[in-house]
Amino acid sequence: MEQMISLKHVFKYFGEFRALNDVSLEVAAGERVVVCGPSGSGKSTMIRCINRLEEHDDGEIWVSGNQLTEDVKKLTEIRKDVGMVFQQFNLFPHLSVVDNLTLAPMKARGLSKSDATELAMTYLNRVHIPEQAAKYPGQLSGGQQQRVAIARSLCMQPKIMLFDEPTSALDPEMIKEVLDVMIELAEDGMTMIVVTHEMGFAKKAANKVVFMDQGEVVESAPTEQFFSQPESDRTKLFLSQILTH
Amino acid sequence: MKNQTSTIVAARTKRRRNSAITDTFQLLILGSGLIWLVLRGAAEMNYVWQWHRVPQYIYKVIDGELIFGPLIDGLLVTLEIGAYSIVLGLVIGLITAFLRLSDSYSGRLLATIYLELVRNTPLLIQLFVFYFVLGPIFEIDRFWVAVLCISFFEGSFAAEIIRGGILSVPKGQVEAGASLGLSRAATYRYITLPQALPIILPPLAGILVNLIKHSAIVSVIAVFDLTTSGLDIISETFMAFEIWITVASMYLVITISLSIVISRFERYMKRSTLAG
Repeated sequence: MEQMISLKHVFKYFGEFRALNDVSLEVAAGERVVVCGPSGSGKSTMIRCINRLEEHDDGEIWVSGNQLTEDVKKLTEIRKDVGMVFQQFNLFPHLSVVDNLTLAPMKARGLSKSDATELAMTYLNRVHIPEQAAKYPGQLSGGQQQRVAIARSLCMQPKIMLFDEPTSALDPEMIKEVLDVMIELAEDGMTMIVVTHEMGFAKKAANKVVFMDQGEVVESAPTEQFFSQPESDRTKLFLSQILTH
Repeated sequence: MKNQTSTIVAARTKRRRNSAITDTFQLLILGSGLIWLVLRGAAEMNYVWQWHRVPQYIYKVIDGELIFGPLIDGLLVTLEIGAYSIVLGLVIGLITAFLRLSDSYSGRLLATIYLELVRNTPLLIQLFVFYFVLGPIFEIDRFWVAVLCISFFEGSFAAEIIRGGILSVPKGQVEAGASLGLSRAATYRYITLPQALPIILPPLAGILVNLIKHSAIVSVIAVFDLTTSGLDIISETFMAFEIWITVASMYLVITISLSIVISRFERYMKRSTLAG
């Protein structure tokens, strides 16, 4: 299978602090990878390196056949293929929902306003909130905002979607509506890397689960194997802590 | 929670107001007191008021044709300097703010040197440097010396206000723009600046009003603005009180109109950006 994302011995430092320590990861096209681990383990840093919101200090990162370098033009092109959903949604508060969705297709892909709007409505339908198109982000609930954020990324028709703790800022009753959308996306064959603590989602949608701790990939295994027979003691401890409730 | 905040807001905006009659009464007392003070002061120094001689310096009607007097000519020059300087000053401010925020070391250094130089030396000295040093070297006439000097002066203050506004937009907004594949310029244009503008505008309004007031300084290099016209008329007529009061009111009309225009724009921005 074609490799969509490939990290080879990646290191990342924040000052003296080693955030990523020799991280290697392969993600094939259509694969859904869930990344979990305690806070501060480098999960977010790792996926932020994949679209270069953070620059890695050593090692190689390849995204759909292109190596991430300092080349800004190439980087902008790569980012068009990599959608990202943030913990804090990061919707544009000064733009209506539909304008949030059409901005990048128009300004980065050069679509006409009518084409972009049509695209936007398609994806708003997919996240089940076409009726909110004219509203502003501040008028929506957290769950609705996050679904708009997912639709905004999808409007660029990316090959890969990165999710950085997409449900961590949500009230419990809104988590499901976001996870449902993500599961639908997974069923459609999108390549996804999801940083999350939602093990239910991992079991339902992921092919592979990666456990990180202290900047290292401790364990990387097919979903079933990860939950039924984890190898490392640290993984076992982590799983026992989050699954007992 | 929501109820609580709305009551606080209501309490703040619906401050108890005096009735219109009390307000008018207070204003009348205040106003007449002020006028009485000026008149009494003038009477004590045996000042002879000659208000009837003032209108001819504003306008004349000769053979049914309206001719502007020197004060209006001066006012137009002041407006012209103001208009050019506002545009140029904002451009300088914007460029400097971007340079200060850029990744380029030399860009940041250049911007910092400019800011420190301009903000830590007297405006009058800057004007002399522009007029006596840069003017002859680059063959700039005095009008443009005035415009350039004032633009660079006010632009330095605008730069810091603009920079502060840009920095107040959360980092996540820029990251969201970048992750969507928008170029840096597009991110600034469509995401950062529209959100920074409502924060930038109120303090920027103060800078623009200052710019108009500071432009009076160009009289020292003999640019025929409103202040120079006033000085000229006084040296011919000795009507210092009448002319300075007239000149001051003309400045007041410009600055107050400017403030009104900006606050209208502010309200428009608020309505269109914070509809949510």
